[in-house]
Amino acid sequence: MSTIELEIQLLAVVVAVACALPGVFLVLRRTALLSDAISHTVLLGIVLAFFAIGDLTSPLLILGAAAMGVVTVALVQVIEGTGLVREDAAIGLVFPALFSIAVILISLYAGDVHLDTDAVLLGELALAPFRRFVVGGRDLGPRGLWTMGGILLLNLLFLFAFFKELKLSTFDPGLAAALGLSPVLLHYAYMAVVSITAVGAFDSVGSILVVAFMIAPPAAAYLLSDRLPVVLLLSALIGAHCAISGYWLARWMDASIAGSMATMAGVDFLLAFLFAPGRGLVAQARRHLRQKTEFAVSMLAIHLLNHEGGPEEERECRVGHLPEHLLWSEEQVQRIVRDAERSDLLEVRSGGTLRLTEIGRERARRAMAI
Amino acid sequence: MTPDRELAIQVDDLTVAYDEHPVLWDVDMEVPSGVLMAIVGPNGAGKSTLIKAILDLVKPAAGRILVHGRSYDEDRSVVAYVPQRGSVDWDFPTSVLDVVMMGRYGDLGWFRRPGSRERRLALEALEKVDMTRFARRQISQLSGGQQQRVFLARALVQDAKVYLMDEPFQGVDATTEKAIVRVLKELRSQGATVVAVHHALQTVPEYFDEVMILNVRRIACGPVDEVFTEENLRIAYGGVVPFRAAAAAAVTEARVPTSSAQGPELSPHDPGS
Repeated sequence: MSTIELEIQLLAVVVAVACALPGVFLVLRRTALLSDAISHTVLLGIVLAFFAIGDLTSPLLILGAAAMGVVTVALVQVIEGTGLVREDAAIGLVFPALFSIAVILISLYAGDVHLDTDAVLLGELALAPFRRFVVGGRDLGPRGLWTMGGILLLNLLFLFAFFKELKLSTFDPGLAAALGLSPVLLHYAYMAVVSITAVGAFDSVGSILVVAFMIAPPAAAYLLSDRLPVVLLLSALIGAHCAISGYWLARWMDASIAGSMATMAGVDFLLAFLFAPGRGLVAQARRHLRQKTEFAVSMLAIHLLNHEGGPEEERECRVGHLPEHLLWSEEQVQRIVRDAERSDLLEVRSGGTLRLTEIGRERARRAMAI
Repeated sequence: MTPDRELAIQVDDLTVAYDEHPVLWDVDMEVPSGVLMAIVGPNGAGKSTLIKAILDLVKPAAGRILVHGRSYDEDRSVVAYVPQRGSVDWDFPTSVLDVVMMGRYGDLGWFRRPGSRERRLALEALEKVDMTRFARRQISQLSGGQQQRVFLARALVQDAKVYLMDEPFQGVDATTEKAIVRVLKELRSQGATVVAVHHALQTVPEYFDEVMILNVRRIACGPVDEVFTEENLRIAYGGVVPFRAAAAAAVTEARVPTSSAQGPELSPHDPGS
């Protein structure tokens, strides 16, 4: 592996982790769409800051972007606050408006500057290693790595310093406000952090991948754990995995790096969605099937108990009678009787007569008591 | 009530409006220290809003609110808050113990993390509501009654003087209802004051000492014996008082024939809807 390949992957991992961490609270607050909005509207912040400063490499552009992210959230809340439009629609109104203003401004006044819309959407990860950070003639590595490393550090500090406040204001904003922990102020500070992350990341990987990294790893991690610190850790790990596996997928298919990473984010989420223990679809289906079988076995036991010792016992308690009485197919009857027999609930006598064991009677009584 | 007894909460001329639509209109409330008070009234009467205004969660258009003689801003640690159970997402990835420790966040303030002291206080509070064995349980696995008890425990760790509860009995089972009543009485015996939004009118005389009957305006506020009358309820509920509540009020009335209701100039229509 060449240095360039290594640097691309390292940068991608740093971007992914920097996005996946704040994304956890976006997903928990059910404001995932805001990341989509912010990752686009920060462009307007950059454009306006660029017009004011006239230098595309100035770190002040990031501040402009962060300010625009906060403006986006504030505008969404103002529109929502009128009570005429719901939050999702308000987001859908604000972000295309601000984004299109940025696109128009670029095409009118900055056509010759490096600020083209392709780069905004897809990023230029493959070119990132060629933009070096050189201080006093010494090459300190790709510039993007320094920017994103700084942003990752900022995110870690923010999450560490305000972990309990973020947790409470996400879970119960009412109590957070009553306790004097200013959830609104924290919300805007958090949105500023998301904006800074989005602008730093989209310079390297484009806005689509920013959204993918901010939402898919946290959403997958949320399915995998019930503990917030673990969710954060898993989210970071899944983000890193998307970055590395996406890179190699792109190499193998000779396709867009950002596109492949976004694809891997989707694949990772799909895997968690299907196979997460407890919450995944497969686990749910298995639980459902088990409950169904248990219910059927209980039903059989109750049926046998009800007719036990009565004059109709010979007729009712036979394998051959069950399909008619319990509305089961022949195969279902075979399977359920086998299940019940294996659990020592009943024994099959000659001629297909079924007789409950003491365990079976107990099971039937317990099932009826509920 | 002796007039010189300290007031836990004093609300004067409180008006709250959402976009010019008054939810609370010129409301006065006096809560003596060390009592259990119910706030009752029909839907849309402003019961939750009254509690939120005391907690500074909604901004009043007019009026003054004092908690133990001071504004809530000055010292938030006097008041503990139990919001409606349905106001939070119970699928949030956290444990029962963690939720209870959240009650300590106000005292901890910014940056400081909960430690062994907070853990111990949380476990003690869980014991009081009979939920110790659920401490490590994921909150998504709790029943409605258990959720309510967790919320109560979270308020208990705040170790406050005044407890404000928004429908603590909403949708809970009989065991939980008993557990909550027991905790409320224990709080009272320790000198704390509890104000709870309450729906089941028939249990007001049994559970509470004082009652605030509210419907956008104050209909009556005072000891249950004196103000929880059929007439006041009729004014608040616009003539459709639930049968058993009317019976409960009639019993109270029979015990204490005098009625010191205030605000009788209200018409028996429901101005809130």
